Amino acid sequence: MQNLKRNKMNTVFEKQNRSGPILFSKYDEGSGIEKALSMDRNEILNELRDSKLKGRGGAGFPTSSKWMIVAAANDEKKYVICNADEGEPGTFKDRVLLSEYPELVFDGMTIAGFTIGAEEGIVYLRGEYTYMLSYLESYLEKMRQSGRLGKNVLGKEGFNFDIIIRLGSGAYVCGEETALIESLEGYRGEPRNRPPYPVNTGFMGHPTIVNNVETFALIPHIVLKGGTWFCENGTDRSTGSKLFSVSGDCENPGVYELPWGTTIKELLAIVGAENAKAVQVGGASGVCIGKKDFNRSLAYEDAATGGSIMIFNDSRNMLQILKSFMEFFVEESCGQCTPCRIGNVKLLEGVEMIEKGEFTFEYIEKLKDLGRTMQIASKCGLGQTSPNPFISTLENFKEEIFKSKAEGALT
Amino acid sequence: MNTQTELRSPMSQRPHIISKAKDRTGIGANVGIEVNGEKLSVPMGKTILEICRENNVHIPTLCYHEDLCIAGNCRMCVVEVEGMKTLQAACAFPVTGPVKIRTFSNKVRKARKHILDLLLSEHYGECYSCVRNNNCELQSLAKEYGVDGYEFGHVCESRFEIDKTSHAVVRDMDKCILCRRCVRTCIDLQEVGVLEAIYRGYDTMIGTFMDKPLADVICINCGQCINRCPTGALHANDPSDDIWKAIEDPSKHVVIQTAPSPRAAIGEEFGLPPGTSMTGQLNTAIRRMGFDRVFDTNFSADLTIMEEGTELLNRLKSAIVDKDKSVMLPQFTSCSPGWVKFIEHFYPEHLNYLSSAKSPQQMFGAVIKTFYAKEQNIDPKDIVTVAVMPCAAKKFECNRPEMNSSGYKDVDYGLTTRELAKMIRETGLVLPELPKSNFDEPFGEASGAGLIFGATGGVMEAALRTVYELVTGRQVPFKNLNIEACRGMEGIKQASVKLENCVEQFSFLEGVELKFMVAHGTANAKTVMEMLLKGELSDFHFIEIMGCPGGCIGGGGQPIPTSELIRKLRAKAIYDEEASLPVRKSHENPRIKYIYEKFLTDGPCGKLSHKLLHTHYQKRGKFIS
Ligand SMILES: Cc1cc2nc3c(=O)[nH]c(=O)nc-3n(C[C@H](O)[C@H](O)[C@H](O)COP(=O)(O)O)c2cc1C
Ligand code: SF4
Ligand code: SF4
Ligand code: SF4
Ligand code: SF4
Repeated sequence: MQNLKRNKMNTVFEKQNRSGPILFSKYDEGSGIEKALSMDRNEILNELRDSKLKGRGGAGFPTSSKWMIVAAANDEKKYVICNADEGEPGTFKDRVLLSEYPELVFDGMTIAGFTIGAEEGIVYLRGEYTYMLSYLESYLEKMRQSGRLGKNVLGKEGFNFDIIIRLGSGAYVCGEETALIESLEGYRGEPRNRPPYPVNTGFMGHPTIVNNVETFALIPHIVLKGGTWFCENGTDRSTGSKLFSVSGDCENPGVYELPWGTTIKELLAIVGAENAKAVQVGGASGVCIGKKDFNRSLAYEDAATGGSIMIFNDSRNMLQILKSFMEFFVEESCGQCTPCRIGNVKLLEGVEMIEKGEFTFEYIEKLKDLGRTMQIASKCGLGQTSPNPFISTLENFKEEIFKSKAEGALT
Repeated sequence: MNTQTELRSPMSQRPHIISKAKDRTGIGANVGIEVNGEKLSVPMGKTILEICRENNVHIPTLCYHEDLCIAGNCRMCVVEVEGMKTLQAACAFPVTGPVKIRTFSNKVRKARKHILDLLLSEHYGECYSCVRNNNCELQSLAKEYGVDGYEFGHVCESRFEIDKTSHAVVRDMDKCILCRRCVRTCIDLQEVGVLEAIYRGYDTMIGTFMDKPLADVICINCGQCINRCPTGALHANDPSDDIWKAIEDPSKHVVIQTAPSPRAAIGEEFGLPPGTSMTGQLNTAIRRMGFDRVFDTNFSADLTIMEEGTELLNRLKSAIVDKDKSVMLPQFTSCSPGWVKFIEHFYPEHLNYLSSAKSPQQMFGAVIKTFYAKEQNIDPKDIVTVAVMPCAAKKFECNRPEMNSSGYKDVDYGLTTRELAKMIRETGLVLPELPKSNFDEPFGEASGAGLIFGATGGVMEAALRTVYELVTGRQVPFKNLNIEACRGMEGIKQASVKLENCVEQFSFLEGVELKFMVAHGTANAKTVMEMLLKGELSDFHFIEIMGCPGGCIGGGGQPIPTSELIRKLRAKAIYDEEASLPVRKSHENPRIKYIYEKFLTDGPCGKLSHKLLHTHYQKRGKFIS
């Protein structure tokens, strides 16, 4: 962050020398909107379908399907929501996009508004990013002044669109789209039952698309250059490129734009981390991958991630890493449903038992089994994924973790 | 129940909007599904749980309650839906296609057992020392799933102080499983909203504003949360020990009055089906328990009708003849203490609409400690009055400081139906097998009008029977005196009756269309109040409001569980019993005539009545200090 020039009244962010196939390539402010407005809505949806773009927030749902449902919905109000809650540990690529490429994100939202027939866009900005607020507000103001937002956007008769920014207050679960909507509506940030999905019953009961910052940022490029072009990068089932937030034991941590399908080994070489022993892919709720699996590729169909890559070298204690993840989930569970509210505590207790050497393998197996129940019985993605590190770390790093631990008595 | 848009609870806890079938492919049209291999044809849009219940497939639930919105948070009801990676909560999953469902596969049973294990690991309480022993949903599920140990440990010490500050509701959060039924009850059903989940994750708990004791927040004491709590985390403040003490004390004359609704429900506590009336047996049980007298609250319900009805006629006269602008119409009933506290908190500037008449419970207390004491030559200080009520709020009401116009506390103890059943069980008496007996004199007779106070609309029906007859000299123009417009479980009912050929005294009412409205549950009360504030009720004359859904038969002190069907059956028991009574109008009750001849000699709403039988209200507002 030392590169961000900060000023008390108005924060200005400077673009760094980044390069990448799509997002970190050249883009003229507003050109995406201009192109979109010259197209038919269905044409945009078709390009989107051809791009096979999947959501970049983690779940990987096809973006075109989401948009098509809302575009087809019959309601006097629809909403475009940009999920900028970026709460997954080890993820900071949305921060880079918002501070350095706001034109991509906001143009993307505006194109979404045009495509689905919405007049309001909302950015749900992570509370910790409050420092960006005045900068983003001033950027939006600039857009309004230049006609890219407001009444009859860029002279397009009848297309009115504006964007507001709302702040979260630090709950990880508010990144889950239905909890995000609850939070926007003024309630406790707790996930809803799904179905109904936000595309049918979203913000204030109206059809709503919720997309990740990165997903929106890709839209102007897809609109400008087409869906087929987009597919030139990536794999068959994971098209395009992906921003990876790389942190941990490496020489060059930071945000990288790489095509999907890059292997972990390749990525480690790029960031200078050849001596890594483990990589946590997908944040706290992702999986921890050991050396022997470093040729796995980063893609929806293999090691999926919303962007978080955490690298650990030999000096790191895997049990401690696992413990900090489980502490995170105990802290961040919304507390609504039984498996997640209590289950995570039990898993954390299990880790502490191993730490103290007071455990039986039988009980640890029982906890893994509990973890599998949490994966299928929890109400939302948080509880459904929180047992992942417990199960994968204890599996993949058995030798290290249990090497020095004698099986002790359960108290 | 109120409609979707009026609900205050978050979407995460609201039911899906399911519109009517538009065509044969849309929501509501039938679709073929499979449940455990059995083929069924069901309307699209129904939830898996609804479908299974209708087809006798049992699915365990904890956070689900049919009176409430769907929460889907306990996860007990998870089932396997073919093609879906995760299990689905049956209560929240609407069927919208030809799904295949398995309700007890290995995965499902294991998940449910895990969930129970987790809940029990956090559950501090012992069944044998718990009010809900043998009537607890957590306990029965533990049995159902063969829980025989604590798989994931167990809390061994209490973490919460029991909140006994409220006269009505005791909160023992050590037993809370966070199903949030109480939260949804308080917000949606009652529109009060004093309970809410606070903190998050493992620290989540059900709390009040600033975590203040229940007595200090704007709880209306309705006890509806108790009735819907699956465990012993919520229960009423039980005075039975003190009552036993009074019974054993030879210097005390212990008098009990029983309200109409408990007798229609107490049988459920003894294994009888809902809607079995136990009036006569209850009298016998009470006598055998050692109470000195057992009286019928229906008598004072008749008294309430005389007072409230007269007050209404007085208001009408002031408004029509004297053109007195300070007289408030419509007049609202005041016999439901939950409703009274609701209006005191939420509409403190509109208390003038309330009738000043006390509730039947309090009127009776005042009469016992004055008229009865004198007639029987007993020092009122030696009289202990107990009121058996379907209600938790009555416990608060009898402790209101203004309820002592007799010079003593009008009613010493409010006892719920559940607590009386417990006292009876302690004696070893088997209620259903006892012989029947009558109420004691001098208040041994009550009219059917008093009896139907127990169901929503009953007060209105009773009042109309009397008011119409006073004004016109004729019986109400309804078949068998049954005013059907007042009956039934619709949230808000309204109707009117034309006053014609009035007697001379009431000639000013000639031709007036008497408009009345009936609402039950304070969520509906809120709707009515909002209509009032918008001026939509300016041509109404009389409005009955009961704080609890269904009226007293659904009161917060009634046997658990409750559901609309159970409430309907209880109401039916009351209406059936009343149809066979010889006297069915309050003003024809000979004991009522007697008390106005002998004691309240300046008549209804006279000076003495005003002192003993009427009260005033407090502008409480919503400010919590
Ligand atoms: C616990 C939890 C946290 C999440 N946090 C985020 C987040 O911070 N940012 C985000 O874009 N999506 C997050 N998601 C995913 C969203 O629910 C949603 O799938 C996403 O915003 C959809 O956008 P996309 O289709 O563009 O990926 C989270 C999901 C879960 C279950
Ligand atoms: S899984 Fe966890 S975060 Fe999600 S609803 Fe349940 S308790 Fe809340
Ligand atoms: S709440 Fe239920 S499970 Fe808990 S102690 Fe009471 S009866 Fe037993
Ligand atoms: S008694 Fe009624 S008002 Fe009080 S907390 Fe329970 S439901 Fe809410
Ligand atoms: S108090 Fe009872 S109803 Fe309320 S959340 Fe706890 S267990 Fe559920």
